Parts: sequence; structure tokens; C-alpha cells
Amino acid sequence: MFQDLSEKLEVVIKKLKGHGKLSEKNISDSLKEVRRVLLEADVNFKVAKAFIASVQEQALGKKVLRSITPGQQIVKIIHDELSKLMGEKEATLNVTGALPTVIMLTGLQGSGKTTLAGKLGLYFKDRGHKPVLAAADIYRPAAVKQLEIVGEQIGVPVIHEDSKSAAKICLKAMDYCRKHGSDLVIFDTAGRLHIDGTLMNELLEIKKKTQPHEILFVADSMTGQDAVNTAKEFLNWLDFDGVVLTKMDGDARGGAALSIRTVTEKPIKFISTGEKFDALEKFHPERMASRILGMGDVVTLVEKAQQAVDQEQAEKLEKKLRRQQFTLKDFYDQLQQIKKMGPLDQLMGMIPGAQKGMMKGMQLDDTAFVGVEAIINSMTPGERQRPQIIDGSRRRRIAKGSGKSVQDVNQLLKQFKMMQKMMKNVNKIGLKGLPIGF
Amino acid sequence: MISKLKQKLSRTREGIVGKVKASVSSRKEINEDLYEELEEILISGDLGVDLSLNMIEEIREKVTDLGVKKPENIIKFFKSAMLKTLDGESSKVQPKINDSYFSPGIKPYVIMVVGVNGTGKTTTIGKLAAHFCRHNKKVLLSAADTFRAAASEQLEIWAKRAGVDIIRNQPGADPAAVAFDSLQAATSRDVDVLIVDTAGRLHTKSNLMEELKKIHRVLGKVIPEAPHETLLVLDATTGQNGLNQAKQFTQAVGVNGIVLTKLDGTAKGGIVLSISNELGLPVKFIGVGEQVDDLESFDSTEFIEALFQ
Repeated sequence: MFQDLSEKLEVVIKKLKGHGKLSEKNISDSLKEVRRVLLEADVNFKVAKAFIASVQEQALGKKVLRSITPGQQIVKIIHDELSKLMGEKEATLNVTGALPTVIMLTGLQGSGKTTLAGKLGLYFKDRGHKPVLAAADIYRPAAVKQLEIVGEQIGVPVIHEDSKSAAKICLKAMDYCRKHGSDLVIFDTAGRLHIDGTLMNELLEIKKKTQPHEILFVADSMTGQDAVNTAKEFLNWLDFDGVVLTKMDGDARGGAALSIRTVTEKPIKFISTGEKFDALEKFHPERMASRILGMGDVVTLVEKAQQAVDQEQAEKLEKKLRRQQFTLKDFYDQLQQIKKMGPLDQLMGMIPGAQKGMMKGMQLDDTAFVGVEAIINSMTPGERQRPQIIDGSRRRRIAKGSGKSVQDVNQLLKQFKMMQKMMKNVNKIGLKGLPIGF
Repeated sequence: MISKLKQKLSRTREGIVGKVKASVSSRKEINEDLYEELEEILISGDLGVDLSLNMIEEIREKVTDLGVKKPENIIKFFKSAMLKTLDGESSKVQPKINDSYFSPGIKPYVIMVVGVNGTGKTTTIGKLAAHFCRHNKKVLLSAADTFRAAASEQLEIWAKRAGVDIIRNQPGADPAAVAFDSLQAATSRDVDVLIVDTAGRLHTKSNLMEELKKIHRVLGKVIPEAPHETLLVLDATTGQNGLNQAKQFTQAVGVNGIVLTKLDGTAKGGIVLSISNELGLPVKFIGVGEQVDDLESFDSTEFIEALFQ
């Protein structure tokens, strides 16, 4: 996500930081580069223009030019402006005590509303709510069926009806909530073009009749310059409350993301980052700005670790580390926990300094662990406890059992030994406060 | 046909060309301001920074070389620059969906349809099937999207609308197996065209792209030349990421044509100029609505004419 954008900005920033002193010309040349990077990332033309103007104005201020590290000052300005562009403060969903809270999803065709309905459903279910999905897409073939299957997969009821009125279906779903004690309903509406008056009126009718607490505009992060026009039109019709960006796990540069927020002044509330139903993240403008500039996002990483890591197990592990009893079995458990945290390439993007340059050419999907797992699985419990007993003949057996070569087994054992050594060093420095595994 | 296309593309026309015209006619002379405004229009039309700057440069050269003074004369330079980008040096007319679409003797003609999520693959296949049917071709659809919930149901509804048969399997089945079965069925049922639907996937997911390659490979096992055509479905609202999509899909399964969908919105589809420019991939069809006949063969001259009328 935002990969290309951050890679390219990094190059510009490196140049900026390299200068001991900055002249006005240095600055405006660099900012021209930044403008180009933004435009190539699909940031709206006008938004990019305003962005550059604002950075330039601040950068030419005396404070920056006189500072000892002018380059870094400018990077800071860019960072601040970026997070301003994305909305500064994070926004939450307006979940009220109402019975039910009504969330309405709208957007163009193919932006990912139905999938998002499932993700939001699971999100709220996991947080103790009793959500219901309403199949209000009465046009697209098999849309209802799709939502039904989604509902089944996440274990959330789906309300539908063979009706020509989408609003009626929504009302029925609200009725269902009241009768069954469900506290939240999500409307999946049909995708439509913002220039289609009839269909936009249908949305308006749903809005009037159901008074949603939250109307979300669902936008594809791969959209180009037209994103702002679409968003503006939807805003004019519906005055939506927030934006959700989908398909953020691709290599889209996400410029539309930056522009929509600026043009509509509505916050981005969630980003959707994968095919699985739990691939939904709250949007944090500040953190995202850091990620774009390649500064990493440690906060999100730690949060993800906290979610995935079993606290008790972590404490046990910490003790083991202190006593230097870290075994291959523990290593294996660690791998499982890291896998729970999400796709590896996304995690890497959050580590400061671990930018893509370092990772170029590496395929970081979850299959990266498969070989390692197979090797460890082919060991006896005793071998996992005390890897030093693994001799040549055992190595051959393990290699055969795991379908890997003896060299692979050797490499893993070597890496593990190095890891143990590293742990020793970390122990000396002290481990307190570090989440296990990092 | 032109007038319908013109009407459907009215939004697009109001986009790039309308703005160029407005900008040009509001001026008395050609100056830097005008060029800057043109640059903004092109970039806002998703043509990308490089292509936009190149085009402006080309126009600028022509203006100096020919000593053009009147701003409105710029429009025809624009036309030819856009046409050249779409076609390369020679003018290419994409085959219409009729008898001459297929080389004689290829039967079944296999079309594989690929793209990222939500671009309109299934809808496009429905429209294609209906068109081929109208030209008295026997069409078979293959529901090789076994991943997305209700994808095969959606394709089945389109199959019914078009009045064609469909081969499907259980959700979660191996898509390559579905494709294989479909092609075998197509051969034994004496079908003219087989269209294979695939699940939408982001071009950055290597495992999913491998799966796509496998489908492609398996088709080739039944008939060595199959698929005879691999179409990439591209959403007209896509920005510069479209170029990456085209590159990655071409690398994986050898895309040889683009279907540009959702052109009835305000999107300008400028990204196809970028793609033509860089990869030389032709646009074969455009989708301009949700009805079964809202699909047109793409003809670059007609397309640009429609834009400028």
C-alpha cells in the first residue's frame, strides 16, 4: 500500500537531506519533484497544486533556511502537510445506543461494497455487537446471493426480500433488528454512477426513510483523477459521513485517498487491505503519513502484535529468553503468531527503515514460512528442544521428511543458532518494554 | 453507431476534449498559460505525467514549426497526437464482433477474461456472449471464478439472458479444473466460442497470479493455441495504477487486448492512452452501460472523432 508513492518520495527526500544548506532554488526544484510524484500517484491535480504551494510557503520561511538541518525540517513539513491532507485526527464510526445503529454503504460499481459489508459485519461482531446485513442491491445479478454467502461465512444474518424497493428492504432489516435484539444494521446498496439521477434518488429515499447514523462512501484506491468528482457528487446527493478506501493491498499509490478527504472534507474511516474478512483497518492519518514517507508505523505494528500474541505465552517466552532456553519449538510458535498478525509484506511496511529497497525481489507472501515449518514439523520433540543433537543422519531424515534439501535444514539450524546468539546480546541490553519477537 | 457512442461518451467528451476546446476558445493567442492549462487537463484526464508532458511538447513543436498563431488550430494537433498514441504509427481498426472476428477454422475460439477485482469482468462476458449469439455463434461460458461468493450464480444469470450454456462447479473448486472441463465440453459440443471468467485478483498477489497462469496453461493442454485471446478488463476510472495492472497481467498470461468498462460515467479512460503508449496493447471493446447491448467494438478513429464532435 502506498508503496510506489513512498519509494519515490524517499528518493526526493534523500536528496533534500543531503544538502547542508538549502537555497530557494533547491527547495523549489525538490518540490517540483514532489509534485510530479504526487501526480503520478493519482493525487488530484488541484490538490497537488495546493499541497505544494502550502509546503513551499512554509519551507521558504526563515526558520527552515536558518536551521542546521533544513532538509529534515522540510521533510517534517511534508509529513505534517500529508497528515493534514488525510485528516489529522482519526475518525470513528458513529455507533450510537440506538436500536439499531444504521450504517449505509454507497459507491460506484465494483468499489467493493458487498465485501466491505462482510468485513464491517465481522468487525462489529468481534466487538460484541449483533450486526445484521441488508441486501439492498436489487439490480446486480446474484448480488443478494453473494451477500447471503458472505453473511453465512461470517455468521451474521442477512435480510433480503424479493422487492422492487431497496428502501423497503432496509426498513425490513431495521424491523428485524428490533424484533431480534440486533443493535446494528449494514445496508449493502447497489453500485451506481453519480450521474444516474434515478438511482441516486433511490439512495436519497433510503436515507430519508431510515435516517442512517453513518453513510459511508466506498472508494476504490486505484481510482484516478476522477475520484474527487465522484466523491463530490455523492456528497452533494447524500452528504455522507465518511469514506472507506478499498483494495489498499495492491500497489496503488493511493493518491485518490489523499484527494477525496481534501475535496469532501469528510474523514477516511477505514481502509480495506485484503481478501479475507478480517482485512479491515481503522485509518490513522498520522501513521499513514509516516508510512508514506517510509518512516514506518510502529504503533500499528505493536497493536497488531498485541492482538495476535497470547499474553501468557509471551510472558513465558520472555522468561525463556532471559534464561536462554529459547528452543526451536518456541521459534515455531513465534512464527505462528507472526502469521496471525497479517500478511508479511504489509508488516514489513510498518517497520521503520525496512523499506522496500531492502526487500526488493523478495516474495513476502505467507508461503515464505512453509518450508521452515515443514522442517521443524519433521523433527522429533527432543530435537526441537535440543537442536545440538541433530547430527548428519538426523539431518538427512529431517530433509526427507520435510521434502527439503539437507542444505535447507543446515541453513535453518545455522540461522537459529545465530538467533540464539542475538538473543544473548539483547538480554545484555535488556528486553523490557519490547514486544516479544521484535 | 457513431451517434450512440457519441451520446454515451458525452461525459467523457465533456472531460478532456470539452475542456481543451473551452480553454482554446477563450484565448486570443497561444502562450505559456494555455500550455499550462492543457497540461492540467491532460493530467486530470489520467493520461499520466509523462505522456501529458510529451504530448504538450509535441504540440508545442508543431506550433513553432508551422507558425500557428490561432489557438483553435491546436485542436487538430491534439486529435492527431491522441490518435497516434492509441494506434502507434499506423491506424488500427479493431475487429468488430461479427463473423470476421474469428480466424476461419479456429473452433472453439477460446477467450480468457482477466482483471483486478470489481472492474466488470462478469458483466463484460455476459455482453460478449449476447453479441456473439446475435451473430449466430454457439457460445459456452466457463465459470472459473470459484472464489468470490455467488460469482458463478451471477454468470449463470447472464448466461440465461444471453441464452447460452454455462459450465460451473462447486464454490472453492480448482478454477483450472473448471476451465479444463469447459474446454473439453466446448470441443465435444461443437461450440464456436468459449469465454472463461476468472476471479478478480490484484496483480501484486503472486500466488493468485500463479493460479491464473495455471488456468492459462491448462487451457493450452487441451488445445495448444488456447486461449486464442486474453482480454484484460480495465475500469475507466482507474488511475496510473492501470499501467501496473496491464504490465503484470501481460507478463503473467500474455494479455492481447483491453476491454475498457464503465465509460458511461464521468471517467475519461485516459489511462488507456498511457497503456497504448507504453505497452502497445489495443483496446478491443468498451463498456458503456449496464444493458446487455452496452458494449461496442473499439475503433480509435471513431472514438477520437466521437470525442471531438
